[in-house]
Amino acid sequence: MSDSGEPGERTTPAVFPPPPQAKLSKQVRPVILSVLVLTLLSGCVFPLLLAVIGRPLFPRQANGSLITRGGVVIGSELIGQEFSRPEYFQSRPSAAGNGYDGTSSGGTNLGPNNPKLKNGAADFSGIQQLAEKYRKNNGLPQYAPIPIDAVTRSASGLDPDISAANAALQIPRVARARGWSEEAVRRLVAIHTKGPQLGFLGNARVTVLELNLALDQSPGGAGPPKSR
Amino acid sequence: MTSSLNMMRWVEYLVFLAIVIGVAQPAGLYLARVAQRRRTFLDPVVGPIEWLLYRMLGVRPEEEMSAGVYVICFLAFSAGCTLLLFLVLVFQRYLPGGPAEAFLTTPMTLDLAANTAVSFTATTTWQAYGGEQTLRYLAQVAGLVAQNFLAGAAGLAIGFAFIRGIARERSATIGNFWVDLIRALLWVLLPLALIGSLILMWQGVPLNMAPYTLAHTLEGHPQTIAQGPVAALEFIKNLGTNGGGFFNANGAHP
Repeated sequence: MSDSGEPGERTTPAVFPPPPQAKLSKQVRPVILSVLVLTLLSGCVFPLLLAVIGRPLFPRQANGSLITRGGVVIGSELIGQEFSRPEYFQSRPSAAGNGYDGTSSGGTNLGPNNPKLKNGAADFSGIQQLAEKYRKNNGLPQYAPIPIDAVTRSASGLDPDISAANAALQIPRVARARGWSEEAVRRLVAIHTKGPQLGFLGNARVTVLELNLALDQSPGGAGPPKSR
Repeated sequence: MTSSLNMMRWVEYLVFLAIVIGVAQPAGLYLARVAQRRRTFLDPVVGPIEWLLYRMLGVRPEEEMSAGVYVICFLAFSAGCTLLLFLVLVFQRYLPGGPAEAFLTTPMTLDLAANTAVSFTATTTWQAYGGEQTLRYLAQVAGLVAQNFLAGAAGLAIGFAFIRGIARERSATIGNFWVDLIRALLWVLLPLALIGSLILMWQGVPLNMAPYTLAHTLEGHPQTIAQGPVAALEFIKNLGTNGGGFFNANGAHP
């Protein structure tokens, strides 16, 4: 092939005999009908087919992975919610609406070199203020390192998970507020910690609502404190 | 700890790269079969639909087009799709189904509808709308999902024609736009999206027409959770290399 480029050497894959050619004047009907018919096919038939197959197979997921307690919906496995009481593990900070608004997903859109992200503003807590509050709430020393997910708002403001490291730092506070031993809380956290997906994608995480629900429902939570 | 995490990152990259390289050749060979109208294992399922569509649209699949006719068909089809999507978005308030008007706090204005219609039919798919605060479920499905498919299929068709233009010598034609469009849709995008969307549903992506759910959180606050036919859009969005998502936070949701 070193002396390629010689015309006439290669075989010609021309279509033979030449096919009939479509006339431009005959294309009006296909243009109009294709827009309508193909929109129906991909915008109506496809979603319906997906619903007919998928909804019976995955009914819980299809309806939003809702979690109920005593017949009342208390949230979704996939949507973070606000926890401010010390006896609950706390979610990541949120910029969705006025915070954790499930109808108004969104982040701060502040770039990493925007001083507002770090220092905050009059009506906005920056990473510095969030870190201060987090350290104070959890009884950590002034310069104790904290996981980044504890002081940053997620892109949707609805992240249901926190990192395993974030959960670990909150264990002493939760244990104290509930009057449990740290060991008991730690055991529950371990049960509800999910490893990286397929063993290598992402980091270990804890779904906050699921863990807090388990805290409330475990016998140590309802009964008198200090039992193991 | 850090070094094992770094190792994990490298495993992520390597697995991704291996998948891309591994898929490239079989996917390319399959696409070539689709473009050349040769037999594939999907023929028994989608073959009759293809035949029916040709009959309905009045397309004669054995006819070929010159580059000029091909491009005019492509442009006219895209223009028609833009107009239809624009009308669906502008008149979405007359479509039945959720979400409730009270949650649609950001209105679908004329300029936003025009922006969205043009960018979706051009596969730019710029998301200038707020999703859960702007769009009705049916507008998302019949409008945006449809264009995720059609703009992608039209792009694939142009790709087929472009390669024919290079590969063929002494030929006045580069294929038939309608045939390429319909085959890209039936043999590639629709079946892949069906499988992919089912996997997404299994992994938790919702697919419903239900009103937004009012939840009472563990601490007793009300929280409204957006719902919708999300799974129908998410996979084709990625497959067709589109951009605009279902919710405001798009792929970062939740």
